[in-house]
Order: sequence, then structure tokens, then C-alpha cells
Amino acid sequence: MTALPQATEKRLGLVIDLDTCVGCQACVTACKGWNDGGIGLSDQDPYGASPSGTFLNRVHSYQVAVPDGPAQVVTFPRSCLHCDNAPCVTVCPTGASYKRAEDGIVLVNEDACIGCGLCAWACPYGAREMDAAQGVMKKCTLCVDRIYNETLPEVDREPACVRTCPTNARHFGDFADPESHVSKLVAERGGYDLMPGMGTQPTNKYLPPRAKGPGAASPLAPLLDVKATGIAGWLDRMLGKI
Amino acid sequence: MHPAASVILFSTLSGLGFGFLAFLGWGALAPSGWAAFFLWALGYGLAVTGLLASTFHLGNPRNALKAFTQWRTSWLSREAWASVVTLVLLAPVALSGIFGLGLPRLVGQVGGALALGTVFTTAMIYTQIKAVPRWHHWLTPVMFLSFAVAGGATLSGRLWAPLALLSVGAVLLAVWRVGDGAFVRAGQTLGTATGLDRLGLPSVLDPAHTAGNYLKREMIFVVGRKHAAKLRKLALLLASALPALILLLPLGVWGIALAAALHLAGALAARWLFFAEAEHVVGLYYGARG
Ligand code: SF4
Ligand code: SF4
Ligand code: SF4
Repeated sequence: MTALPQATEKRLGLVIDLDTCVGCQACVTACKGWNDGGIGLSDQDPYGASPSGTFLNRVHSYQVAVPDGPAQVVTFPRSCLHCDNAPCVTVCPTGASYKRAEDGIVLVNEDACIGCGLCAWACPYGAREMDAAQGVMKKCTLCVDRIYNETLPEVDREPACVRTCPTNARHFGDFADPESHVSKLVAERGGYDLMPGMGTQPTNKYLPPRAKGPGAASPLAPLLDVKATGIAGWLDRMLGKI
Repeated sequence: MHPAASVILFSTLSGLGFGFLAFLGWGALAPSGWAAFFLWALGYGLAVTGLLASTFHLGNPRNALKAFTQWRTSWLSREAWASVVTLVLLAPVALSGIFGLGLPRLVGQVGGALALGTVFTTAMIYTQIKAVPRWHHWLTPVMFLSFAVAGGATLSGRLWAPLALLSVGAVLLAVWRVGDGAFVRAGQTLGTATGLDRLGLPSVLDPAHTAGNYLKREMIFVVGRKHAAKLRKLALLLASALPALILLLPLGVWGIALAAALHLAGALAARWLFFAEAEHVVGLYYGARG
């Protein structure tokens, strides 16, 4: 059904920490790797001149001109935010796109999808990509086939991107529980929504990069000022004249 | 947005077809015999060709029947219902006209109203998309409906058709005027898209991927300003001014045919611009708009 649930029991989602993300693309690879199983995420011309493919998670990199401070580079992972007020769900004509009442995960039932692409148009965040080979819509599943998967060891029952991140920049949890790890992170670090003006009420939150002070002087800086004396000084003066 | 031929043909042809069917349904022309056959066939032909064109936009048309299930929430599903109900309801009206069966006029009037309702649902598919600020405005359905009414009035030879054609021109001018500022008014920037406006002014350092992907192909289309300005003039001329002028000349049925053909060409140009000039906010992540 493409009607949105009034409220969901749990609100599962991700916190993405822009302070610790180093843009290594490990989450992109892990996501593609995990979700490529089964019918998969197709690539077109992957080893040719113009490769292209379906991904559920992509990492951008931006530079930020900071008014009174050094400029910053921020790497920025972008995947589905599992919005509470998901426009991608209500536009779907077939009921293929839906939000689960039990945990808030937004999914596509590929067996019902006609590949009209309207849900991808409705998503402000570019979180949906049509698979060019299969003609159906793909999106982040919040690794629903891992988080409840009792055949996996307990440590692996979290999204592939979270599990793989070498800097712990991605966190998974239940936002409906104010005591959860993710809720606390958001409260402590000022987690925020992307494009709140779009009215989508995302579940996923982003943590801002911590403020950086003015650039500290390098410990090697005093060496730059050393004046050569003795033979070295004489050499220096002679060479300077040539 | 990528101006795909399938959606341009779909919305333009079905708009004209349903517009004409509305006039036939209301009995604006009361043809009989072969004349009725050809006129109804023209209306049905345009509407159905448009609907068929839309299926070329689907990645997986095997499931097309499922699109009838979500009419409670989805405008695309409502559009599917409206078009089929209209075509089914008007079929006996057409037969009655062709064979002189004298069906009560009310059926045709309801079918005619539904035909315009169908055009409205088509327009709402685009209007509802908040992520494309240029479309997200009440002028979008006004534009779609004005095209349908002017096209239908032209094809059915109404005396006031030139006025309807001129009003299409006025609506287009309004749509472009309002639409040109829509993205800025929506207030989304790379800063709000990433939340980095908290820090300062962000810009793209490196692209997330060097090759193309679905998002870039489908949602990020750049049309040259000069190119667009020229096409706008052409659309105004063809869709509005020229056919209005031709209808005022005493050319009879040939005048109508010529005016309708020009109007259709102008409508196609205007619809190409409707897609090509529409910017999706996802472009911000890729550095569109600075
Ligand atoms: S991020 Fe996009 S695809 Fe995901 S729930 Fe929100 S609107 Fe839908
Ligand atoms: S592409 Fe599939 S999931 Fe998306 S709106 Fe169309 S039918 Fe629904
Ligand atoms: S939760 Fe799973 S599907 Fe979603 S971005 Fe992470 S790895 Fe990909």
C-alpha cells in the first residue's frame, strides 16, 4: 500500500558522522557487494569506456569556505533517509513502494514495480536509482536482510555500510527510542535533517563536522627561520651571489 | 529533467485527444454517420496513441495493470483510472452518434467532464513533485487544461477557438515567468542539501563518480539559455498566435486542420521545454546551480 503508516513502532535508520567520514568509499563498495547478491544491482559497460551502474549509496566530496576559519573538506555519504513523510511512497501507482509500519524501513517490492520512475522523481535526495538491466527501482533497504538475519553472527546484524566503515562514521539504531545510541548521538552532537524544507521528515540524521580552530603552527616552523653560520653561512652567501 | 520523447508525446497527444473528446462528449459537434466515425476516431486515436506512448517510459511494463491499485494516494494511478473510465464511458456515445441511436446527452456530458478530469490528473502527476520546484505550482494544471481546451475547441471548430488559443499563449507566458524564479524561491541550495550551510559556503570538490548514472541522465538536464529563449518564441508562435490567426481566415475545414497541426507542433515544443527546463533539487548534490 502506498499510504504511509500513521506512526511506526520503531524508527530504524542511520546516523552519519561528517566529522569522522574520510570519504574512503568503503561503504559504497560494501553496500554494492552485499546487495549485489540475488538479482543484484546491474552495471553497464563496467570495464569499458563509459561505465555506469546502480548504487544505493554514494559518497560526494565538498569543500566549504568557512567565514573565520580555515576551509574544510567534507566527504558526504548519501543514501536513503527512510523518511517519515516519504513522497516516494505516496506517488507510486502500483503499491510497490512502501514504508513498513513495524520499523519504518522504506522498501520497493520489485515484483510489483512497473519502472515508471516517479518515486525517483519524488525523492529530493537522489536515493533511488532505476536498474537499467532489470527496469525496476532500486534503493537502500537498510540491509533488512542482515539486521534481522539470525543466520548471521550477532556482530554482523547491522547494515553492511555500518559494519564496514573503518572510522565508525555510520551508526545504525532505533530513533523511536530516546535512549538508543543513535538518539543520544543526535542529541549530543546536534544531528540534523537534510533539506528540512522539503517536508520529508527524514529518519536518518547527519552529524556536523566539529568546528576546527585556526590552523596551529607546525612544530617544524622554527626551523624555517634558522640562519646558517660558519662554513654553511659562507656557502650560503656565496651561492646567493651566483 | 530529461525530456524523454515518450512522456512528451504521451502528455501532448493524450491532452489534445481528451480535450477533443470532451467537446465531442458535450455535443459541441453533433456529427452522424461517417463524419461521426472519423471525428470520434480522431479523438480516440490521439488519446490512445498518447497513452501507449507513455508505456514506453516504463522499465517493466509487464506489471502495468498493477498501476490501477493505488488510486487513493497516487495521481498516476488516478490518471490510469480516469483515462480508462472516460474512454469506456464515451464509447456508447460515439456509437450512438455514428449509428444515430439517440443516447441521452447526459452520458456524453459526464464523459466529457471526465475527459478534462483525466487531463487534470495527468497534470497533477507533475504538479505534486515538490522536488521539482518549477512544476510544483497551480499554474501547471492550468497550463495542461488550457492546452486541452484550446486544442479541443480548435478541432471542433468553435467560433471562440482563437480566443482559447490566445489564452494558451498568455498561460505559457505566466508559466515561464513564475517558473523561472521557482527554484530560487524553493530555497534549496547545496548548503541545505548537505546541511553544510551551518559551516559556511560549500561547493563541489570532486564528483562522487566520474561516469554517468541514472540520476544524472534522468534528473539533471541542462538546456542552453539561448536555445530555450528561441524555443519559447517558437512555441508561442506555433501553439498560440499562428493558429489563432489562421482560424480567422476563411479557409473552412482546411484552416482548422492547418491550425490544429501548427498548434500541436507548438504544444510539443512547449512540452519539451516543460521537461528540459525543470530542475530537480538532486542536481544540487552534483553541483548544478553553483
Ligand atoms: S530519502 Fe528519498 S527514497 Fe528514501 S524515503 Fe526519503 S524520499 Fe523516499
Ligand atoms: S518505479 Fe516502481 S516503485 Fe517507483 S513509483 Fe513506479 S512502480 Fe512504484
Ligand atoms: S543500509 Fe545497506 S542498503 Fe542501505 S546504504 Fe547501507 S549497505 Fe546500502
